[in-house]
Amino acid sequence: MSSVKIELRQDQIEKIDSICESFGNQEGELINVLHKSQETFGYLPAEVQEVISEKMEIPAAKVYGVVTFYSFFSMIPKGEFPVSICTGTACYVRGAETVLNEFKKQLEIEVGETSTDGKFSLSCLRCVGACGLAPVVTVGDKTYGRVAPDDVKEIISEYLK
Amino acid sequence: MDRVKLTIDGRAVEVPAGTTIYKAAKELGIDIPILCYMDLKDLNIENKPGGCRICVVEVEGRGNLASSCSTNVAAGMVVKTNSMRVINARRTVMELILSDHPKDCLSCAKSGNCDLQDMAVKLGIREIPGQEYAEMSTYRLDTSPSIIRELDKCIMCRRCETMCNDFQTVGALHAVNRGFESVVAPAFEMNLEHSPCTYCGQCVAVCPTGALTEVDHTSKVISALNDPTKTVVVQTAPAVRAALGEEFGMEPGTRVTGQMVSALRQLGFDYVFDTDFAADLTIMEEGTELLGRLTRFMEGDEEVKLPILTSCCPGWVNFFEYNYPEMKEIPSTARSPQQMFGSIAKSYFAEMIEVDRKDMVVISIMPCLAKKYECQREEFSVDGNPDVDYSITTRELAHLIKQANLDLAKLDSDDFDAPLGESSGAGVIFAATGGVIEAATRTAYEIYTGKVLEKVDFEQLRGMEGIRSAKVDFDGQEINIGIAHGLGNARKLLDDVKAGKSQYHAIEIMACPGGCIGGGGQPLHHGDASILKARARAIYAEDRDKPIRKSHENPYIKKLYEEFLGEPMSEKAHELLHTHYFDKRKKIFQV
Repeated sequence: MSSVKIELRQDQIEKIDSICESFGNQEGELINVLHKSQETFGYLPAEVQEVISEKMEIPAAKVYGVVTFYSFFSMIPKGEFPVSICTGTACYVRGAETVLNEFKKQLEIEVGETSTDGKFSLSCLRCVGACGLAPVVTVGDKTYGRVAPDDVKEIISEYLK
Repeated sequence: MDRVKLTIDGRAVEVPAGTTIYKAAKELGIDIPILCYMDLKDLNIENKPGGCRICVVEVEGRGNLASSCSTNVAAGMVVKTNSMRVINARRTVMELILSDHPKDCLSCAKSGNCDLQDMAVKLGIREIPGQEYAEMSTYRLDTSPSIIRELDKCIMCRRCETMCNDFQTVGALHAVNRGFESVVAPAFEMNLEHSPCTYCGQCVAVCPTGALTEVDHTSKVISALNDPTKTVVVQTAPAVRAALGEEFGMEPGTRVTGQMVSALRQLGFDYVFDTDFAADLTIMEEGTELLGRLTRFMEGDEEVKLPILTSCCPGWVNFFEYNYPEMKEIPSTARSPQQMFGSIAKSYFAEMIEVDRKDMVVISIMPCLAKKYECQREEFSVDGNPDVDYSITTRELAHLIKQANLDLAKLDSDDFDAPLGESSGAGVIFAATGGVIEAATRTAYEIYTGKVLEKVDFEQLRGMEGIRSAKVDFDGQEINIGIAHGLGNARKLLDDVKAGKSQYHAIEIMACPGGCIGGGGQPLHHGDASILKARARAIYAEDRDKPIRKSHENPYIKKLYEEFLGEPMSEKAHELLHTHYFDKRKKIFQV
């Protein structure tokens, strides 16, 4: 997974520490700690994972393993408008891949990347529980159903205004 | 415990409740094929991810096939391990595993010693369908001083992860990513060099494929042997002689010391010496240091640091430099036998034979992968010339011998050269867990009490328990000794020391299961931990047969001190035989 190199400020380190503590530094709470940390920082750079690893006494390799396993977690800052394409079974068979390819082409980024102007990021997710609307795309909190490649340009233009 | 009756392949068997189908079948002598599953009973290590699906069996009344390694038996269960359905499923599983596996078996480091290859043979795989459209993994190659990771060959059995995390508690490796991208890797997919890896090599020792292998230095050894300007000196670690024979089809535990010496001589080494000599030297230095610290402690010196920790094992040294840097004053400052040997060979012995150290090449044969890293440590060199040039494993030595068209079994027994080839039984037992501390006890007892030790065998220090403790009576003074093998066990003792709760005067720690006999550079045990016990028996037998069994009685050690070093812990000894440790915690991740 690609990542961005940053330096954490002392108050940011303390923030992570307090998140870990709020979950009792329990190994079983790792996913919750990661959720909360991503909520705070917008993403989970290696430096944040290292602090979590040290604080919770969990090997950094394991923390990284969990971060890279769940598509929800990201190691690069998401765009202002995060675009997610569902590639779960129902969406996939109804053409999610062609929709995804159209987004890649229009935004000129790959999955897991953020556009240079910071506006859009692209990710895939597995099932949002709206299979009847397959294929499904979400942009931020808004959901689009039965999306065809031809709709992509219009969806993007909504956010360029 | 409740017992359960079931039928496997038409035969009845009764096993305790909670037994897996795989183990129940084993009771009947039925060997269900396994790939990811690993059970090192004697070491309490079990890897059971149930992921590879090679061990599937048919259970009557159950819709899908069950993975026998992770499915428990039930009363009245009817199991088929070899039905048509099972065999077809197993072959399909294997074909899928092989579909994205590199096909370079002929030139793979694991060829001929590979669980995956053996399985393909066993299942009679003759073609791998879908090759024309199978996507291949293109993970980058990661080379460290000791270990090579070639993850295109990883089948995600996760045995390495179990060894690294559960047994060693090192936490360098973990499964990362998802689906086709998933591999076992260090944090942030950095190279191993920038992880907490100790180079213990236990991941390599259990890897069923060529994904994890050692850095091979055999060609460098061959070059040195063929360079007429070089004097090539070899040292052999104690554990090698108890395992090398396995590479030539001999029973585990066969002692091949004499044949190994013959082979090395025929390979063209100018001097065939023994690391055991340096083990005796280690005892002189480490034993003296122990007694010094003990005496000061008894006299009420509160500054003195106890317990003293052994420092022979480079995997363990790496472990505490990373995990316990705040306690780096506690381990003995004595260098490991490998490094003591190199240092003495390139000073005392080089002077003796009038060879410049730059024209001398010191090769070590080690059961260990961390030794490859250790000999590259900067502090073990003089003006950029390392004390030990190359360290090769028991497995690499076997390759060298085979390449030279020699059959170890057919070689006559031969003796090590003098003066650095002479050793006591105490030097030999360094190979087994508890051996270093037993060797130290033999010498420390006699120096401390001024009495002759009647019984040199300290049975209470031996065994395969992960953590052992024993009391030794030094003529009225009780010495508390702790022993741990496996870094997870070491961590438990270390945490006590850190918390000020440790009652021990001295602690021996070895990174690998069973000590060096179970090292990452030894012939692969393929999941059979009884092999380690056989090697330990061979080591203690070797000790018993030695005319001299205490390090301080080794006449060549005495001579070395008389002619060259003065006395243990002298200024010269400090310069050549001792070291210091570093805080490595902050060094990783900083690339």
